[in-house]
Amino acid sequence: MKQENAVFDQLLRTSPEEFINSWLADVAATGSGGTTSTNDARELFAALHAAVAADADMDRLDGAGWAKTRSVLTALSQSRAAQGASAGDTSQFILSIKKPLFDSIQKSLGGDSSKAAFDAAWTASMLVDKLAQFTATTYQRSREDVIQRQQQELLELSTPVVKLWEGVLAVPMIGTLDSSRTQLVMESLLTRIVETGSELAIIDITGVPTVDTLVAQHLLKTVTAIRLMGADCIISGIRPQIAQTIVHLGIDLQGITTKATLADALQLAMKKAGFVISRNKA
Amino acid sequence: MERIPILKMGRVLLVTIQVDLQDQVALALQDDLSAQIEKTGASGVLIDISALEIVDSFVGRMLASISGIASVLDATTVVVGMQPAVAITLVELGLSLEGVRTALNVERGMAMLAADDRNQIDD
Amino acid sequence: MPLLGERDIVMCRQMVRKLTLQAKFTLVDQTKMITAASELSRNTVVYGGGGEMRWEFVQNGIRTGLRLAFEDKGPGIPDVDLALTDGWTSGSGMGVGLSGSRRLVNDFDLRTAVGEGTCVTVTRWK
Repeated sequence: MKQENAVFDQLLRTSPEEFINSWLADVAATGSGGTTSTNDARELFAALHAAVAADADMDRLDGAGWAKTRSVLTALSQSRAAQGASAGDTSQFILSIKKPLFDSIQKSLGGDSSKAAFDAAWTASMLVDKLAQFTATTYQRSREDVIQRQQQELLELSTPVVKLWEGVLAVPMIGTLDSSRTQLVMESLLTRIVETGSELAIIDITGVPTVDTLVAQHLLKTVTAIRLMGADCIISGIRPQIAQTIVHLGIDLQGITTKATLADALQLAMKKAGFVISRNKA
Repeated sequence: MERIPILKMGRVLLVTIQVDLQDQVALALQDDLSAQIEKTGASGVLIDISALEIVDSFVGRMLASISGIASVLDATTVVVGMQPAVAITLVELGLSLEGVRTALNVERGMAMLAADDRNQIDD
Repeated sequence: MPLLGERDIVMCRQMVRKLTLQAKFTLVDQTKMITAASELSRNTVVYGGGGEMRWEFVQNGIRTGLRLAFEDKGPGIPDVDLALTDGWTSGSGMGVGLSGSRRLVNDFDLRTAVGEGTCVTVTRWK
């Protein structure tokens, strides 16, 4: 075992329970207790000790020897992130290891050679800093995952696919049509088409402010995909200005049926599906 | 080398593609179908791709070829069950599968072929 | 992995499926990546006289992605611009593969020289 590791192995071997208590006490003292659990501390301690004893390189946290430690830290920061703990509190939990470590170093090495004590303290400090840094980064990543997931849900909620009638689905598009939005609409619309076996989809763009070549491209892609699957599509909600823009830009709608209003589109869809609507005499 | 089985249902030949097709197998299917259409005088071909998770340009061209060959042999082809992810990818790939008729599922496909058959007889 | 025969094209698709599942890509992204791999591996086998595919998971800040490289020591592509325009109508297999794949991935890099071979590197981010 390397000299460094041997020193720390010895330190961690001496009264681990006391070590952990001192650690948790420091966490509480800094006011970042929150949901700290003794089990978390024990698990991290065990992983740390195992790594040190297995001669892991104390200077590089990315080595294979620290794999278990990293996974414990990742699990820890993920659960803290999910619980809504702050980044500061989560890294403080790690940083508080310094207290029992330094105490232990002073107790066993402080007396004889101050250089040995200093070197050990330095290594300890660097290591704990790296652990805290890793925890903070993983924490951030977890938070970003949560945010991304919420964004996705928001996006999905803002373009619902509704069943207008037997075999007729409609998607009201509201707002700007960018590529990620279109992709999402395409996916959910196509999936619903398969699920419901609907042969007609109405894409209503009343709520889309402008249609430029890019937006038209996205719409065309969606329609092509729908047709590839064996269904058809009507685009409704074409305002006069949009109609002008389409002609002006020379956009070829490739035989897609368009209607001015959703009502017109529905009427056409029903006719195509073979329905006849009659009104009872009052 | 495995060959995709072709079933005969009335005047329709039914093919269900369930495996990740090796190029050779796809070509063999093309040959087998052409032979079968001729032999049985089938008026329709239904290709079920609902289990296909990947349709690349090779498979796409094979479907288009089969459709074309069948047409020359006086039979209609319908491809059914395309998965959404496949449709999206094909559009992005730039394959429009022009000339290939599609339907959402086997029932619709069969109905389409039956209607087509009736139209042909009426001519 | 080696790309020498037809069977390898199928193996390649299966390998990329495994990789995209590992990287937790969405279903559509998986399909796009596997389809691109199918096109490019076929190019390598059929037009490049055989070669290999290399893969690696890559990181760009917070983003994770999958990078695939298709390399052969074949004849190379004489007119890259021509090859990259949609070759669908001409029926040329390689054309669709290249231009189509480019649209299916986020990053596309093509290195080729006549007589020296070709290397296509594609990346898809999560």
